[in-house]
Amino acid sequence: MDLSFSPEHLAFREEVRAFLRSALPPHLRDKAAVDGNFDHHEVMEWHKILFKKGWVAPHWPAELGGPGLDVTQRFILTEELELSGAPTLSAFGVYMVGPLLIQFGSDAQKKRFLPKILAGEEVWCQGYSEPNAGSDLASLKTRAEDDGQGNFVVTGQKTWTTYAQYADWIFCLVRTDPTVKKQSGISFLLIDVKSPGVTVKPFLTTGGTPAFCETFFDGVVVPKENLVGPLHGGWTMAKALLGHERTLIAAVGLSSRQIRRIKKIAAGTPAGGASLLEDPGFRNKIARLEIKLRALQMANYRAIASAQLGHAPGPESSILKIRGSEILQQTGELAMELMGMNSLTWFNEEGTVPAIEQWVPSTFNYLRATTIYGGSNEIQKNIIAKLILGLG
Amino acid sequence: MNFDLTDEQKLLLDSVASFVKKQSPVSRHRALREDPIGWSREVWQRMGEYGWLGLALPEEVGGLGGTFADVALILEQLGTALTPEPFLPSLVASIPILRLGTAEQKQTYLAPFAEGRTSLALAWAEPRSRFDVSDVETRAVKVGDKYRIDGSKRWVLNGHAADTILVSARTSDGERGEGEISLFALDRDTPGLTITPVKTMDGHHAAMLTLTAVEVSVDRRLGAEGAAIAALEEAMDIGAAAACAEGAGIARAVLDMTTDYLRTREQFGVKIGSFQALQHRAVDMFVEVQLCKSTAILAAIKVSDPDVVERKGAVSAAKVQLAVGGRFVTQQAIQLHGGIGVTDEHDVGLYFKRMHVLNALFGDEEHHVNRYARLPSFTAGLAS
Repeated sequence: MDLSFSPEHLAFREEVRAFLRSALPPHLRDKAAVDGNFDHHEVMEWHKILFKKGWVAPHWPAELGGPGLDVTQRFILTEELELSGAPTLSAFGVYMVGPLLIQFGSDAQKKRFLPKILAGEEVWCQGYSEPNAGSDLASLKTRAEDDGQGNFVVTGQKTWTTYAQYADWIFCLVRTDPTVKKQSGISFLLIDVKSPGVTVKPFLTTGGTPAFCETFFDGVVVPKENLVGPLHGGWTMAKALLGHERTLIAAVGLSSRQIRRIKKIAAGTPAGGASLLEDPGFRNKIARLEIKLRALQMANYRAIASAQLGHAPGPESSILKIRGSEILQQTGELAMELMGMNSLTWFNEEGTVPAIEQWVPSTFNYLRATTIYGGSNEIQKNIIAKLILGLG
Repeated sequence: MNFDLTDEQKLLLDSVASFVKKQSPVSRHRALREDPIGWSREVWQRMGEYGWLGLALPEEVGGLGGTFADVALILEQLGTALTPEPFLPSLVASIPILRLGTAEQKQTYLAPFAEGRTSLALAWAEPRSRFDVSDVETRAVKVGDKYRIDGSKRWVLNGHAADTILVSARTSDGERGEGEISLFALDRDTPGLTITPVKTMDGHHAAMLTLTAVEVSVDRRLGAEGAAIAALEEAMDIGAAAACAEGAGIARAVLDMTTDYLRTREQFGVKIGSFQALQHRAVDMFVEVQLCKSTAILAAIKVSDPDVVERKGAVSAAKVQLAVGGRFVTQQAIQLHGGIGVTDEHDVGLYFKRMHVLNALFGDEEHHVNRYARLPSFTAGLAS
């Protein structure tokens, strides 16, 4: 039983910290200090800095441009990036379509797409959900029909296509056979967003930022070489992808940063001649949340240590998404509560509330998404009930 | 980081699991509830022979020199079947003897315990102390080469049966100072010591003590006069970490019991485990079980950390998780069993009771939240 990181891993953590201290440009650092909302250009600016360092895709194999890190180093890198407040890179290329191409793509597809994902030269978004296919994703209806001339013709609508307005490519689950069991007629297709017939309509999230989009496909011609894996084999591949990198989904670093910010807000909020951090009720409330996070962190450590030793994910790893997303939401709620009347603020000019509080109301709203995306927590519970507890 | 068990630990775990299954199913605890002692001296001696009692004790007193993390494995496994022997109270009492005792005292009090010939108890709680080991009204006044001790102690775990009882007492005229607490090792038949056995909710027994002009020689004092507080605090943390380990075993056992029930019980013509409301509740239990196990490991490792702040933070976090998670798991276990869960004949109620007792021992939820929130580590580095 050993809870300590090895000297090599501790040294790696120091290396990451040193890099972050020097590499994060001042204007991004200032924004990070108040947990500002980074726009697309800022995210891509940071993407390119990380690319130069070779740390864009911690979990990719070295021969495809990954840094060749082990499980624990990947976790350390991710945690330190989260703790620093640096922009979070878009997950769609690096964490979703990239690993899928690595596992299932043809050599030509890997050669064509992976380098540009790494370099940040092509931005990706995800076309999974549809207006009538949310948790029941396999009921999706967007059709891809063979035109007999080497192409698919795609017609339908995708939703929650986050950051599609900035994307060059979208990876889609499409129906290629409507006559069989719904899971068996789905294929995985890469579509150029600039193709004729693709329309992207951004809309605001409750956080007041334009993250979400709807994407419409009207007779879009897609060459067959953009099919990944076997025809009608998309569902299996999409499911395989969900199992990746579970230890990162707990977002322990993000929540730690949030709790630190909560303490700072409390320390800066006067109450009865002292600060809210001295208020026993609030102080204990913060402590309770931190303890919850610490329990999750320990479960995450167990999952990492187990993966580092090459074991298959144990039952402890299946709870990470559920509890991690709940805690992240609760950090937003507690920050709002500490702010009192300041929590009413909504995109007012600088100085209306302390800088550290400026983005809290937006974040608080957007964090409602954490228990929904990536397979809603209810879906996660269905899976655990069936696969681990043997209920059904 | 590595939480895999070593080969030795796997062997140990297997032997405890096999003991629980073959020699100490829950039915044994159930039957012993009516016994005035509530546990078996014969089984205790066997635990000594297996090396479990002396596992973390040094070799010079007949121990095996293991770590608390090893002991936690035993506790967790014993928790799954509510094994009634006084493992936890004796373990807690052994800590001050180890930390403060002379070589001779260690030999006298720990060697027979390691063999399973004696059991121990630590008497610290008093009417006004709640969870504060330094709030001691019992007084020990030095008269010549003896101490005269007067006072009372409450809820002394295993006090009804222990051969050696450690008693904390204030050895100065002060009221609350931490540097005035001493510990004395008393035989149970010491004149002036009145032991009143009491029953506890979990089917175990404890004792209330009255000390009236109890005279003990100076060699009964553990460590220097007035220097016992650090060892007492550590003993409480060992107790809390032990409760977390046992509680993790209990939580796992009741989850298994509950999912078994959901897979077999039928209503409306189907297994009730097919209902999503109950599936999700079972998953909520599963989440807490995993977190209780994780924090029990955290506490088991960190309770031996020389950095006291680090130790206290980890132990308090774990004890709060046990309070919140353990309570939820055992409550919902009863709920999902329905009416049968509220009957004495079903085991789930026994686990519920034991979990409550563990949560009330060595600092409850509120105590540990308060302690955690006031550690220097809680506000460290906020300026940057």
